[in-house]
Parts: sequence; structure tokens; C-alpha cells
Amino acid sequence: MAAKSNSLWKYTLIRLRRNYLAIFGFVVLLILIFVAIFAEQVAPFGYAEQDYMMIRKPPSEAHLLGTDEFGRDILSRLIFGSRVSLQVGLVAVSISLFAGGAIGAIAGYYGGRIDNILMRIMDVQLAIPTILLAIVISAALGPGLFNLMVAVGITSIPRFARLMRASVLSIKGMEFIEAARAMGASHTRIILMYILPNCMAPLIVQSTLSVANAILFAATLSFLGLGIQPPFPEWGGMLSAARPYLRNSAYMSIFPGLAIMITILALNFLGDGLRDALDPKQKR
Amino acid sequence: MLKYVIRRILQLIPVFLSVMVIIFTILYFTPGDPARIALGQEVTQEAIDAFRAEQGLDDPYIVQLGRYLYKAIFQGDLGYSYVMKSSVSSELANRIPTTIKLAFWSVVFSTLVGIPMGVISAIKQYSLLDSFVTLITLLGVSMPTFWFGLLVILAFSVHLGWFPSMGFSTVSEMVLPILTLSGSSIAIIARITRSSMLEVIRSDYIRTARAKGQKERVVIFRHALPNAMIPIMTIIGMQFGMLLGGSIITEAIFSISGVGRLMLEAINMRDYPIIQGGVLFISIAFSLINLVVDILYAFVDPRIHVK
Amino acid sequence: MADKSATPLLDIRNLSVQFNTDSGVVHAVNNLNLSLQKGKALGFVGETGAGKTTTALAVLHLIQSPPGKITSGEILFDGQDILKMTESERQDIRGDKIAMIFQDPMTSLNPIMTVEEQIVEMISLHSDMKGETALKRAHDMLNLVGIRPERGKEFPHQFSGGMRQRVGIAIALACRPSLLIADEPTTALDVTIQAQVIDLIKSLQEKVNTSLLLITHDLGIVAEICDDVAIMYAGHLVEYSDIRQLYGHPMHPYTQGLFNAVPNLNSEPGGRLAVIQGLMPDPTDLPKGCSFSPRCPYAKEICHEKPCGMVEYAPNHFVDCYFPLGVKGGQNHE
Repeated sequence: MAAKSNSLWKYTLIRLRRNYLAIFGFVVLLILIFVAIFAEQVAPFGYAEQDYMMIRKPPSEAHLLGTDEFGRDILSRLIFGSRVSLQVGLVAVSISLFAGGAIGAIAGYYGGRIDNILMRIMDVQLAIPTILLAIVISAALGPGLFNLMVAVGITSIPRFARLMRASVLSIKGMEFIEAARAMGASHTRIILMYILPNCMAPLIVQSTLSVANAILFAATLSFLGLGIQPPFPEWGGMLSAARPYLRNSAYMSIFPGLAIMITILALNFLGDGLRDALDPKQKR
Repeated sequence: MLKYVIRRILQLIPVFLSVMVIIFTILYFTPGDPARIALGQEVTQEAIDAFRAEQGLDDPYIVQLGRYLYKAIFQGDLGYSYVMKSSVSSELANRIPTTIKLAFWSVVFSTLVGIPMGVISAIKQYSLLDSFVTLITLLGVSMPTFWFGLLVILAFSVHLGWFPSMGFSTVSEMVLPILTLSGSSIAIIARITRSSMLEVIRSDYIRTARAKGQKERVVIFRHALPNAMIPIMTIIGMQFGMLLGGSIITEAIFSISGVGRLMLEAINMRDYPIIQGGVLFISIAFSLINLVVDILYAFVDPRIHVK
Repeated sequence: MADKSATPLLDIRNLSVQFNTDSGVVHAVNNLNLSLQKGKALGFVGETGAGKTTTALAVLHLIQSPPGKITSGEILFDGQDILKMTESERQDIRGDKIAMIFQDPMTSLNPIMTVEEQIVEMISLHSDMKGETALKRAHDMLNLVGIRPERGKEFPHQFSGGMRQRVGIAIALACRPSLLIADEPTTALDVTIQAQVIDLIKSLQEKVNTSLLLITHDLGIVAEICDDVAIMYAGHLVEYSDIRQLYGHPMHPYTQGLFNAVPNLNSEPGGRLAVIQGLMPDPTDLPKGCSFSPRCPYAKEICHEKPCGMVEYAPNHFVDCYFPLGVKGGQNHE
């Protein structure tokens, strides 16, 4: 089975390489990660550095993307903001992936009552529109980066649970599982060593797309005043602060939004590309 | 058929109950004293204690939960908001029509724009038009609604001065909010239309229709599109539900007094009864819409309703 | 080919069709020459992937244009070249003069239209009949294929595979076409139903006086209802004759292989099934010489070098082979 998964990866990579959009997405993502990690080195200014002489100045040589209402350099705040966005994206999706994956795997594998109960719970959560749920949870937990991650993470749990459950159900029926059971493998072993590796593909695709979604939600929540509080730079929060100055300092609204959009676009490209590459039957 | 509908409705009831319990519980454990929120900062401790005793805020969790559920289900009483000084039901009733109008017209607009986009894109696959539409839909899906709203205001209100940027009473006021809210929906509907059409166009029965000598236009619009609509309808219905929830942002940007904005204000003011009532309403509406879509699906596809 | 005096109803000359795919250019049909006389039934035989369906679709000009392309040839129907017609002229011909029955009845009918609506559509496209008259005619067709007209209001999923195929036949014959192309009409059906459908096609062919191009891989069916047979391999014909001659004296090694491959009830139990060694050539990489030469047990050097082309070795018996079986001058004997 190990040899088979090796060739699967290689084949996937070949197909992925042909997809220009996906490559674009991947490159943008790499740049973002690099910038986020080395923000201190890359950004021309600190994210909280205020210059009272340069309040709300449009883009210029000194400040490539202009300054905000406190005289802070927007480009630098965007760069530091990438760190926040990526953190939220990764942590939130990890929460969704592990919690949702565990729920889905258990529900799918054990079936019966457990499956029923777990899926009912997921249905209840799905009855509440996700953005609304994120807002309520975020409000309940209070402001802050960690609470934001948790709130966003929780909202995506049902999607991963369902995905995992569907994968598990389809694998469970296959004969090599029966063979493993006949050999005396324990349930845990079967889940970890046989079932999970075969569910990877859809989970990878969903994770990529969910990171995009998480970043969007984080920006939305910050825009609404929940989540990250000033002076910490978050792209959504920057948009919210720019609202009163829409008429005169439009650039303040344009750049953070552009950052959000490009990031999400890149992740969507990558996710779509992965989906096409991993499932040969999909037609464009 | 009727049995199916009734069964589905009955299945929703435990879901609604659970939603009420969950929201109540989340808010119950949120830090903050409801008494202080209701009465404000300037009152004495005695007043606070009296209020707490009166409202039963010192009773155990289960008792409070039970009380809330009982009043909501059997008395239709969703509580009273001290912040707004009126009952939750009346506040909701005031705003619900606005939000529904916003969501409804956004869905209509999205459908009217999205479906043709998807159809054209599918028919002329690989053409420049197709790439263009695909690009727009990708942008639409990646663009945050609140940013789109700001850009729309910037372009049409600030610079062109065509439409106002606040309110929702006149037709002119309605244009920009509907456009904003529709942004991502148009993209989603166009995408699903495109992929559904592409799949249907490759079907054997489309080939049969052409083999009959049918004109291509008729093949597309009378054979392909109706078959493609079946999954598209589901998405449109879902969009309606999602827009109900997503209207929060649009209402915030355009200062529209709908349920979404009410929720935001309630969250800022820690107005728990309103939050509970609002989430409940939106969840019920969402679930019912999905149910209606499922039933419609069964009606439209003869493979399901004709045995 | 065949009777040179009368103009054939369908005359395919030098047809080549290719498909551009990710794995290369697929040469589905290569310089195919085929003709069908009015009133006759021609069996078009070959394995899956030989290019038969592609040929049929080419006649109707229904090949998906990317990725497929007709790269050469003429398709003369009643003297006129279909490839040179306007799309509107072709639409007039489709269904009215040339009709087709497709292979998979489960997917060839529109799932959300009633059966009678689908027949009526055919009728109203090519005649002045509308409304009640068209509906009556549709019901007549249903009767003709053995389906009660009351069932016309039902949807395709309410019919079994065999019944759906009958509906397909009703649609195809509704306008009394001169040419009926049946693309493996029974392959997707149970054996017991196959016989019924084939009988139906045969009797209707005679009743409506249509010419029939029957595409199949089943030699048994061809023997039952066809007058002439064309054997196709790797995109072109390798043998053509009337039934008697071809079944009596198959000359091309491939044809002989096909006949040998049909299991014999009288053979010894425990004996091996005869197979044709090897596989059909990769359509993106066809052999230089005769396309069958890599598998042919009798192949000589010239076979690998240059394709032969159809030669009339006996009256009305054409074979694409340098050394057909049983022919003097060839080195092989039966």
C-alpha cells in the first residue's frame, strides 16, 4: 500500500504542475508565508509605528501604500497582517480538521447509534448559518486572536465531519478492512493505519479551501469589531477603520481588501487545482 | 408526498429545540451580568439583587433553560429586551420584512445574472468569454462581501453619485445593498450553472435531441437547461438561506435596519434575549428554506415524484 | 463497391476522423470507404473501439467538434455531400431522412420529458403535424413498437431497458427515414430481450422500407437481419461482402479470427477458447503497414511495410489483404 500512495503523489504533482492557476496560487501562498514569517525584516516600518506628520497620506515613495489615520504605514501593517491571517487560517482549520475529522471518523466507523447522534449534532450546528454562528461564538468568547481562531474553527467542524464520515463509509466497505479485522487488528489500528491514509485526498482539498474561508471569516469578524482588537493589524480590521475615510482616502479601503482577495483567490486556485489533480474523473 | 413533508417538518423540531438550547447555553456562560446590562451601571447593589431575584437569574441553569423554553414554545414569548425596552418578538417583527426583502431580491438578482452567465460560459467552453466569466466568478467567490460593499459605495455613491449609501426604503436606496449582497451569490450560481450545464451537455440524450435534427438553441434551452436546473435549484435555495445569515454585513455597511444589524447591535450591547431570538429566527428560516428546496426538488424531478 | 449502376443511398468515401486528446491524436477512422444501397441492410461489424460509432456520428455530423475533427473524405447521402451542407440543411436531414438508434437506452432519453413528448418532438420537427395530430401519430408509433399508447404519458425511468430501446426505435422511425442507423441497439440489453428488439427492427425496416446500417460486434445478429457485411478494424474496412460469401468464406485473417472466437456448442469440453492474439493497435500510434499485421499469424514482410487497400478478390467480395485466406496466389489455405 505504501508504494501505491507514492505513485499517487507523484501523479498528482504532475497533474498539478500543468495547472497554471494552481501554480500561481501556490506561489502567492509561498510569498505570503515568507512575508509572514519574516515580517520584521520585510516590512519597512513597525505595525504600530505612528507618525503624526504623515496622517492619511496617499501612496508615496516613503509609504508605498500610504498611511492610515494614525500615520502608520499601510504596507507594513498589511505585511504583519498576513501573519495574523495565516495564523488564524492554519489554527482554525487544524481545529476543524481534527475535531471534525475525529467526529466523522468515529461516526462513520462505528455507525449505528453513535453515527446517528453525532450526525444529528452536526445537523443542529448546520441549521445556524456559519457566519452568524461565528459571530455569536466570537462575541461569547470575547475579543482576541485565540478566541477568533476557536470561533472560526468551530464553524467548519461539520463540513469536515461529513467529509470524513463519507470517506470512512466508502473505505469501510472494502474488503481489505475485513481482512485486517480477521487478522485481529484493533479498531484504533484499523482507523489510523488503513482508513485515514485513504481519506487524505478530499481532506487536503477541503483544508485548503477552508483556510481561505477561515481567513475570510476572520476578516469579517474583525471588520465587525469582534476578534482582533487594535492596534494589532488585521486586514478586516483595517477595512473597518478605513470606512469613515472612504470619500477622501479611498486607498485605505482598497489595499487591505485587495490583500484579502488575493490571498483567498490564491488559496481557491490551489484548492481547485488539488481537487482536479486528485480526482481524475472530474471534468473542468 | 404529504407524509414526506410532514415527516421532514417533524424532524426539524428537535433541531430547533437544540438550537435554542445551544444558543441559550453559550450566552449563559458568557461573562457578563444580565442584571447589570439591563439596569446599567448607575444602580445600587440592592436594585441589582432585586432584579436578579425577580427574573430568576439566581436559579440553576436547568431551571432557567426550562423557563426560557417553556415561555418561548408555549407562550410565544421570546423574552424582553431591557436594552431596547421592548419585547424581542416585536423588535424582530419590525425588522424581519426588511431582511427578507433584501435577501429575496438579492437571490432574484443573482439568479437572473448568474444563470445566463453560467449557460453562456458552458456553451462556449474554452472561449474567451468562458475564461472571462470564470475569472469573474473566481473573483466573486474570493472577494469579501464587506469589501465589495465598500467598493460599490465608492464607485456608485461617492464618485458617481448615482445611489445613496444608506437605508433601504426607496428603490434607489435598495440598489447598492442588493448589488453588494448578490456579489458572491452571482459567482456561486454562475459556477454551478456552468458545471451542471457542462455535465448535461455531454449526456447521451442531448445527442439524441440533436440527432432528431433539433435546432441547437432548442437543444440547449429546452433539453439541457431544464435538466441542469435540478441541482442549480438546490444551490439557489441554499443561497437564499445563506444570504439571510450573510445580510448582517450588508446591513452593517448600508445602515439598514434589518435583523442582521439588530443582531450586531445586540451583541455589542450584550442584549441576550435579542441575540437568542434573532439566531432562532434565522435558523428556523434557514432550515425551512432548505426544506422547501428539497421538496421543490422532488417535485421538479420526475424521477423522484413519479413512481 | 457493390452494384455500381445504382447510386448508393449512403456513400462514404475516404473518411478520416481524428480526436485531439491529452494523450495524443487518436485516429479513430482512417480512409474508410463504405456504401449502402437503398432498401438493403448492412451489418457494420468490429470490436469496441474500432471506430464504428464514430463513423455513424460522422454521417449525422454529430462529432463533438473539439476534440473531434473530420479531416478528410466525403459522405454522400442520396448524392449530396453531408460535409458540405449548411448546419440548417443537416438539421433537416437528421431525423427526417437519416435517423439513429443509440446504444444505451438508459441514458439516451431525456429523463424529464414524457415518452410521447419525445416522439412528438421528432414529428413536429419534420412535418406540419401539430397538437392532436402529432400526438396521434406518436401513439401510432408506440403501437408499432409494441407499447400501449396510454403509457406515452410516462417518463423514461418508468420503463425497462428493452422498452426504452423500443421508444428509441419509435422516435427514430417516426418520420419514415430513408436510412436507419442502429448503433449496437441490443448490446446493453438482456439476451432474451435482444432477440425481440432485433426482430422488431427487422420487421419495421421492411414495413417502413428503410435502409439499415446496423452497427454491432455480434456476428449472430448480423446473420439474422443483414444483407451485406462490412468488417471494420482500427478505423477502416478490412473485408466487405454479402452475408453468404462472407460467412461462407471469410478471407481476411481478422474476420476468420472473429468467427473462430465464437464459442462452439459442439466442441469438446475442456478445449481452449480461440482468441486473436494481441490487442488492437493504439489509435494514437498506428502501425505503418497493415494495421492488423502485428497480430496476424500469416503476416509477411510486405504486410508490415505498406497497407494493402481493398481488393475485389471475388465478385462483390472485397478484402484488404495481400494474402487473403483460401485465395490462390495467396500463400494461405483454409
